[in-house]
Amino acid sequence: MTKTGFVFANLFRKKTRTTLTLLSVMTAFLLFGLLQAVNVLFSAGADFVGATRLVTQARVSFTTPLPLRMLPQIEAVPGVDKVMWQQWFGAVWQENTSLVFFAADPQRMRAVYPEYVMSDEQWKAFDATRTGMIVGRQLAEKYGWKIGDKVPIASNIFPQKDGSKAWAFDLVGIYDGKDEEWQRQTNVGWINFAYFDEANQFGSGRAGTYTLKLADPDQAEQVAQAIDLMFENSPDETKTQTERDFNIGFLKQIGDIGLIVRWILFAVFFTLLLVVGNTMAQSVRERVPELAILKTLGFSDGSVLGFVLAEALLICVIGGLVGMGIATFLGNLVGSSGNFPLAVDGQVWITGIAAMLFMSLAVGLLPALRAQRLKIVDALAGR
Amino acid sequence: MLSQTAAITALNLKSIPQRWGASLVIVVGLAGVVAVFTALLAMAEGFQSTLKSTGREDVALVLRGGSSAELNSGLGREQVTLIKQAPGVVRDAADQPIGSGEMIVIAELLRVGESTGSNITVRGVEPSAFALRPQVKIVEGRAFQTGLRELVVGRGVSRQFEGAKLGQTLRMRGSDWTVVGVFESGDANESELWADVEVAQSTFNRQGYSSVRVQLADKDAIEAYKDALTADPRLNVDVESEQEYYSGQTRDFRRTIGALAGVVTAIMGLGAIFAALNTMYAAVATRAREIATLRAIGFGGLPVVASVMIESLVLALIGGAIGAALAFLLFNNLAVSTLGSNFTQVVFNFKVTPALVGRGLVIAVVIGMIGGFLPALRAARMPVTTALRAA
Repeated sequence: MTKTGFVFANLFRKKTRTTLTLLSVMTAFLLFGLLQAVNVLFSAGADFVGATRLVTQARVSFTTPLPLRMLPQIEAVPGVDKVMWQQWFGAVWQENTSLVFFAADPQRMRAVYPEYVMSDEQWKAFDATRTGMIVGRQLAEKYGWKIGDKVPIASNIFPQKDGSKAWAFDLVGIYDGKDEEWQRQTNVGWINFAYFDEANQFGSGRAGTYTLKLADPDQAEQVAQAIDLMFENSPDETKTQTERDFNIGFLKQIGDIGLIVRWILFAVFFTLLLVVGNTMAQSVRERVPELAILKTLGFSDGSVLGFVLAEALLICVIGGLVGMGIATFLGNLVGSSGNFPLAVDGQVWITGIAAMLFMSLAVGLLPALRAQRLKIVDALAGR
Repeated sequence: MLSQTAAITALNLKSIPQRWGASLVIVVGLAGVVAVFTALLAMAEGFQSTLKSTGREDVALVLRGGSSAELNSGLGREQVTLIKQAPGVVRDAADQPIGSGEMIVIAELLRVGESTGSNITVRGVEPSAFALRPQVKIVEGRAFQTGLRELVVGRGVSRQFEGAKLGQTLRMRGSDWTVVGVFESGDANESELWADVEVAQSTFNRQGYSSVRVQLADKDAIEAYKDALTADPRLNVDVESEQEYYSGQTRDFRRTIGALAGVVTAIMGLGAIFAALNTMYAAVATRAREIATLRAIGFGGLPVVASVMIESLVLALIGGAIGAALAFLLFNNLAVSTLGSNFTQVVFNFKVTPALVGRGLVIAVVIGMIGGFLPALRAARMPVTTALRAA
């Protein structure tokens, strides 16, 4: 029998125990995978947007709209390549479902967000149709909207000139993201700013927030400072930050989610450590005479240590891989439903695998050392 | 039979200290499950009770039709006058209707120790606002003066955010505002900054109001008042009691946290069941001989099953109690904040209530039962002779 075979054979001599231990490790890593994905989402999840874009908002808060008259001044700042602006529409679908919709200028949007992919005709149609709107793939699929549909969307903020808050837009385009991460962002709808600006009752000239594409990402800080300095002490003071910081700040507002998730992770891990650690200790205790025989047969202290460690590793890795696998599956299920951009991705897997290795050491080391230090005479005598 | 059960159970429980290691698995496992469950729901509970106690039943909140939150709403000066003068509004000694036209804007403040801003509600209020919310009490400094750029801040904001202490100044839209007072109310109002509505309007360049609150005679007066406003062709408004409005805001949060707590507890609970099974199987296995001896001298199968189940239950309950205690010590009254429906921070405290602890313990008992049942069966079914010969 090979050494690997020996480890496996040992593992399965108590089938119930091994199965149960594997299952607890599995559930722990299932939870670990999901929670770590949430954690990533809230801490560094905005990484992929990079620093090529800046967001300029009113300093007092992004809900206070900046006026459109700032546009030429912002465009004139050296280092600014393209500028768009977007106004939150407060979209409501049917009875009470809030949707994320912005009013924006089609051509400017296309220039600032090359990550959104749509055919030329659709971009042109968006530009040419006053009552047009485009939506991301996820949103379109969720509500079954097709190009050519007239979609009734209400606003909980902006009435039309006649006082009615029921708007309707022609769906002229459905955009995709350039890669998987951007595809997850396709749950937003955009309407034509020119039409919105003219048709809403509150008057024109509100830009909302500005998004600027930089010629050189390294200049982000200088450009941001130049813009904020320009509007200092005016009624419309600005706060300019990278898109990444803006997104992180936005998510952070939901609360100390990261903190709570870390607490749960800690609780799960501690529990798990104890369960598996105890099982390992027990199985070594039961096998003391056997281990002594192995040593009598000439296996070195080192290889006995290896056997026990290998067993711990095997349990943690098999259970961990299965658990993370299920987490990935569930995460994709949640992610593709479009409600919550959850993804158990490479980054989560790396932490997961690190956790498996750490766990195997933590639970295996003590029993393994005990096995290594075993004195043959004492062990055989049952002392 | 009862005495047999009692005898074996006592034996089992007394021997627990000799095998702490294995029993600890159940205790710690259940402590983890119950602590996480209780803490998550304590958060939902705290949020809900904060918002629920904010609104009064005899105060009507009027918003523009279809706006659903104060932030989205907008009412003109004439409309506000119509709303306040409508029949049903209680009048004060000077025969003026008790009502407050209020305007909401959002300001970004830095949470202590953080660099990204959080949205805080700035509420421009009329003098009646204080009469409409008797729970609001200035505890430091004084109220703002009409016509000046002065703020009173809620206790929650002043604790958690920078620049909101008494005497400090906040910069909003190019002008400085002095914090002249701190108020307490024990509810969601504490998450806001209050200022004179006229000053706020001129600073933020707004003509109108976001909402109107009016005092009604009692909670039953709301229907008549609503009908009066709906009948007025000059108005297109939604009327709700203040309490309904705030309770409605907690729905999404409760649902989200409830779902999170459900999923996490279910998965952790499953893990704990496996761990408990493992422990109890091991406990039964190590005592195989002992149990067989008992059976041989005439103890029945049922007392053996019962005793194993009871042992598992006791361990689970101890674990559950430790978990609930942990949740209480670590989280009770912990102040946190999250986004409310006005897109601004609502500061609230975790609330570990007896009901939550009870539910946590029920979960512990259920897991303990499941974890004990199969091993108990195995123990009872063990053939006596084989077990006696083994080991």
